[in-house]
Amino acid sequence: MNHWIILPLLLPALVAPLIALAVRHDIVLQRIFSVSSTVILLVLGAILMGSTASDPVQSYHLGNWIAPFGIVLVLDRLSAMLLVLTAGLGLAVLLYAINGWDAEGRHFHPLFQFQLMGINGAFLTGDLFNLFVFFEVLLIASYGLMVHAGGAARMKAGVQYVTINLVGSGLFLIGVGLIYSVTGTLNMAHLATEVGRVDAADRALLEIGGLLLLLVFAVKAALVPVQFWLPGTYANAPPPVAALFAIMTKVGAYAIIRVYTLIFGDDAGASANLAGPWLLPAALVTMVIGMAGVLAARRLGEAVAFAVIGSMGTLLAAVSVFTQEAMAAALYYLLHSTIAGGALFLIVDLVNQRRTGYTDWLRAAPPFVHTGFIAALFLLGAMAMTGMPPLSGFIGKLLVLDGVRESSYAVWIWGLILGTSLLAIVGFARAGTTVFWKSAAVGGYLEPARPLAPALPFVAVGILLGASIVLTAFAGPVTVYLDTVAEQIYNPSGYIETVLPTSGHPEGVRP
Amino acid sequence: MSLALIVILPFLGAVLPALMIRSGRAACALSAAWVTILALGLLLTHVPAVLRGEVIQVGWEWIPALGLNVNFFLDGLGLLFAGLILGIGLLVMIYARFYLAKDDPMGNFYTYLLLFQGAMVGIVLSDNILLLLIFWELTSLTSFLLIGYWRHLPEGRQGARMALIVTGSGGLALIAGMLLLGNIVGSYDLTDILQHDPYEIHNSPLYVPALLLILIGCFTKSAQFPFHFWLPHAMAAPTPVSAYLHSATMVKAGVFLLARLWPVLSGPDIWFYLVATTGLVTMVVGAYIALFKDDLKGLLAFSTVSHLGMMTMLLGFATPMAAAVAVFHIINHATFKAALFMNAGIIDHETGTRDTKKLGGLLLLMPITATLAVIAGASMAGLPPLNGFLSKEMMLAEVNQTAWFGQGWLLPLVVTAGALLSVAYSFRYVVHVFFGPQRDDYPSKPHDPPAGLWLPPAFLVGLVVLIGLFPDAIAGDLVRATTAAVTQGGAPDVHLYLWHGFTPALLMSVIAVAGGALAIWRYERVRAWWYAGPHPEAKAMFDRVVAAAIASSKRLVLGLHNGSLQRYLALMISAALVLGFAGFFTATHGSGARPLLSASPVAAIIWLVLLAGCGMVIRYQRDRLLAVIGVGVVGLIVAAMFVYFSAPDLAMTQISVEVVTTILILLALYFLPKETPVESSPMRRRRDAVLAGLTGLGTGGLAWAVMTRDFTSLSSFYLENAHDLGGGDNVVNVILVDFRGFDTFGEIIVLGIAGLTIFALLHAMTRGELYRRLGAWQLDMTKSADRHPMLMVVITRVMLPLVLLVGVYIFLRGHNMPGGGFIAGLVVAIGLIMQYMASGYGWAAQRMTINYHAFIGGGVLIAAVTGIGAMIIGYPFLTGAFDYFSLPVIGKFEVASALGFDIGVFLTVVGGVMLALAHLSDLGRWVSHAPVNEQPMDTLPGAERRHGEGSE
Repeated sequence: MNHWIILPLLLPALVAPLIALAVRHDIVLQRIFSVSSTVILLVLGAILMGSTASDPVQSYHLGNWIAPFGIVLVLDRLSAMLLVLTAGLGLAVLLYAINGWDAEGRHFHPLFQFQLMGINGAFLTGDLFNLFVFFEVLLIASYGLMVHAGGAARMKAGVQYVTINLVGSGLFLIGVGLIYSVTGTLNMAHLATEVGRVDAADRALLEIGGLLLLLVFAVKAALVPVQFWLPGTYANAPPPVAALFAIMTKVGAYAIIRVYTLIFGDDAGASANLAGPWLLPAALVTMVIGMAGVLAARRLGEAVAFAVIGSMGTLLAAVSVFTQEAMAAALYYLLHSTIAGGALFLIVDLVNQRRTGYTDWLRAAPPFVHTGFIAALFLLGAMAMTGMPPLSGFIGKLLVLDGVRESSYAVWIWGLILGTSLLAIVGFARAGTTVFWKSAAVGGYLEPARPLAPALPFVAVGILLGASIVLTAFAGPVTVYLDTVAEQIYNPSGYIETVLPTSGHPEGVRP
Repeated sequence: MSLALIVILPFLGAVLPALMIRSGRAACALSAAWVTILALGLLLTHVPAVLRGEVIQVGWEWIPALGLNVNFFLDGLGLLFAGLILGIGLLVMIYARFYLAKDDPMGNFYTYLLLFQGAMVGIVLSDNILLLLIFWELTSLTSFLLIGYWRHLPEGRQGARMALIVTGSGGLALIAGMLLLGNIVGSYDLTDILQHDPYEIHNSPLYVPALLLILIGCFTKSAQFPFHFWLPHAMAAPTPVSAYLHSATMVKAGVFLLARLWPVLSGPDIWFYLVATTGLVTMVVGAYIALFKDDLKGLLAFSTVSHLGMMTMLLGFATPMAAAVAVFHIINHATFKAALFMNAGIIDHETGTRDTKKLGGLLLLMPITATLAVIAGASMAGLPPLNGFLSKEMMLAEVNQTAWFGQGWLLPLVVTAGALLSVAYSFRYVVHVFFGPQRDDYPSKPHDPPAGLWLPPAFLVGLVVLIGLFPDAIAGDLVRATTAAVTQGGAPDVHLYLWHGFTPALLMSVIAVAGGALAIWRYERVRAWWYAGPHPEAKAMFDRVVAAAIASSKRLVLGLHNGSLQRYLALMISAALVLGFAGFFTATHGSGARPLLSASPVAAIIWLVLLAGCGMVIRYQRDRLLAVIGVGVVGLIVAAMFVYFSAPDLAMTQISVEVVTTILILLALYFLPKETPVESSPMRRRRDAVLAGLTGLGTGGLAWAVMTRDFTSLSSFYLENAHDLGGGDNVVNVILVDFRGFDTFGEIIVLGIAGLTIFALLHAMTRGELYRRLGAWQLDMTKSADRHPMLMVVITRVMLPLVLLVGVYIFLRGHNMPGGGFIAGLVVAIGLIMQYMASGYGWAAQRMTINYHAFIGGGVLIAAVTGIGAMIIGYPFLTGAFDYFSLPVIGKFEVASALGFDIGVFLTVVGGVMLALAHLSDLGRWVSHAPVNEQPMDTLPGAERRHGEGSE
């Protein structure tokens, strides 16, 4: 039995309670535990990703119960890649946070580890109800992180965040219940084989269930019209938490990719391609709202939050075409937008901490410490986010444009991607010149309210921007790899066969 | 390899000035200059081969999936442009060293300049159009940094943004155009594209969209009408930047691309009419505006617009000879225009102004500057024997052979008018600045600049004269090689002469010069005439467009995101309704076949109570206490229904969860207003009612549909195998701790996180602004006189051991009978919380020194370790094991590993619930400013009741 698969879940699930139990009064020990755990998660992710080269789909039968009766974890190229992304982003964010943010409130590190556990679980599980459980884990942990350190505005945004997501959880249950009622199973591989066989009389129940799940995943992915939680949440959350949340929207995108290629994919009979007709228009509108939001933003953090929404629109527009080429492009964009979003939120906090009294409001204010250097970092982050070359955003944009070419809506996707890019460029140019350049016209100098942390925050930002550069420089091998990922997504037989072997029992199944 | 190095060097070298500024301004400028010299030297090594007609190529694969390769190639066109970029770049770098003021950050300047230079060289040497796009956008970005170099100037910031927006949006169009072009050809490599059959490209249905998009990219970059307006505002940049970007390099990138793609795109009528007409209009409009610009750099900027229009027009003619003329004029324009920009910079630097109205009579005060200006200006006007004259004559000759919509006279007429305006503004530059009477009100005393400032333009002026006198000897080979590259083999045999004889072109020139001279002689009258005409102010229009875009974005986005949770939820519920009903109506459906059972009277009563409970919540929703009771009724009825349908486990869970959450809500309600104010308008309430009604109907319908049909599911497997394989008779519990124990593992973590989060939240409330507000909070209700009533204290004390016993009992029997760790945990938590309620948090906490963090942490760890136990002996996480043992007295009993897991569940539930409830009640005590009571109850039996504040 290959126990590696469960370790990305088990490790944070052990470290988090251990921190709460044993070292909750010692912030230094908490940091050591938390950082070590995240580093190991990164290594684990890399090992697992390497293992998918020789063994592309691996399953782990929890409790040793044969699927579909027990819960199964499935590692394939997609989930392995996302584990690495999560751990990488998590590590950068954590390095940023341990310079003081983590001590602003209680239980940052246990919540952080639980959050990583929830995300990893969502990526690994092969069971629809278990996916719900992990959605709950990451929701409640993210809520705890979001309201970390308190404050009235944050509390208010937190209430909206958790309410909307709880309604989403309710819809999730209804959706899963409907699907279970007509297929009798929760195992995703089993569902993949069953949905095609659902009676015509029961098909409406199945599809309503499928569509409600799409809405739930859309909430996570911040698609219009359920994107409303995002700007307030991201702009009010502690910035390192907002940076970590860059991966949370991708959990929604992941769930959409998984469910609507595996379960409601080409083999779903009359329910094939259930999501496409809804996803594409929603994604296009999301792009517009998001990038117009960059232009409308009153604060730097708000601009970044809306840019994240816009990038989700681009990502899901590529997904909604549901072809292998577009999927490979979407996955590249997914990697890129997570990194760029994370970096920008951290950069916003660099500004916040120095621009005493003005924080990230887009108003002229005197210069502050490190204005020039932070301006350069912001420029790089904004270039990546808006898709200006040579950073990963440009490559991602080209790949998406290239990948959706065959779609009958290609003109719409092209036009809106390029048009909204312009909105984002204008928005970021305005925001950046206001915060970083206009200061030269204002006299005086802003002293930071508190002593600034040493170089570690810059290291964290550097890691993320560096990742964007690496993603660009090695775009060749990366796209080759992503092509294999997309190929696997569109050939789900390997996934199904591994989870539900048609001949013989897998090793050690209890019955 | 060395070809790629030419591109890479400026990028790598960009670090140098930023570092070298530490050892002084000279070192800084020299470092940048050396990088350029090195790159230029490398380029020159290829000159002989290129002039022989060879094409030098080098390349690597970058993203094969996309067809994006790092391929470079050098032919005549690339050589010409790379030479201009690096050569003029070097001159500008020298010039800038003396131009920049002491407090300008020079390191940044040279860094940006080198980055820009690298991007430009990249454009002209790229052999892959996607790679070219990257450099193209990079020039937009770096020029943004250069134009906004003086960030304290609002004009600088606005000009930079405008340039970025206009050229950036052109770049976006270009991306689409290039992708389409690559699609037609099947390759993004330029050498492949250029060798492709042009007719096949012209006949592709994608040709027209591709052409339009590419032209938008080129026209925005090269400031062609109607995108010309950004260029003058880019003049807010320091003059070296203007001299570099806006004479020789960036604005020529559009012309370069037109020339580069000329072999495959030119030919069809649409090319001619779009490109030649745009060029023509731009040429005339630019020259016309230039004539009336008082700012010298503004005059030169519009003059550049005009000359770029002329080059565009020539490329639009689509004849090889016209292309050759365009190439020649690119060289000539770069020399005299860069010189003039530097000249304007000198004037500005030495007199303190660039406004012609404040200048005049500088001829004798600044003789060197004046000489250079006169020569370069004469070349710009197209006077012999200078290089500007030559290319203008050749251009006029081409114009004479071109008919526009079949009208042979039209083009020569309009172009002559344009040339006349050109002569006029050139004369104006010279006459109004250097001639006329000397003044005594120059902002600073004019004198010739140091050699560092006048040598670079002097070098260019030297070229202006030499090319004019010996055109073929100096520029002939270059023009021929370049034309061959532009036309891809269709090159005519071009020879450059100073004297072409008495031709119609010469006549047109004479008219232009005479007219131009007349216009300057009678400038006041011309100007008055111009004043009467319309003056569309492009910047104001542009600003209005941007402001409108921002305003409408604000209206749209901020209007949508107005912070109202009600709206967000209404939209979300509406989306669910749309999806639900759409799913229903677009898919096949049928009604359930299961026979319906008749309702028993008991069931009917239960459901009536349920309805009443729901009605109560709606009716009394504003009275929060009543609403909580109503919700409690609903919860209990649900529990009753579970009992009715023989699901005791669910019923027990439901009841205990109901109790715990009600206590939690009541504790929270303590801090909240007891009534919900009316905030929604009647309209919105009706909307919400409709949404809620539809959602209820939809959900009810779904439940009905599900329950009226038979279905097979995994549950039969669980029923059959719970005892034999799971070692338990209570299927629900076996599912929870074994079959799907992993779900439970996740859910206890959720509960644990909730406990930690509530603790952290409450902790955050005891600090900062909320702390002050809470501290100032006055209780908004009457307090009970009996804070800790004796009766309650006694009863809870008596019940505590009972409750604990029940908890243990429920826990132990869980595997086979209704019960289990989850329910037991809730029951025990209720027993404990009752002690807090009876005697107060402080009192109870002093006696129950349990840390619930430890419960949560320990619980999750125990559950996890139980699961890991299986891993140690080689089974997957959470694999259960059980066996039956018998002991004397006790008899046969079962030991199951699931028990360990259930202990974890139990502890986490107790910890999570208690951590939340206990701290909430503690906060309540703290807020009401009540000290911790010393006695467990208000009236101690056998003790006299004490009076006073402290007794509470």
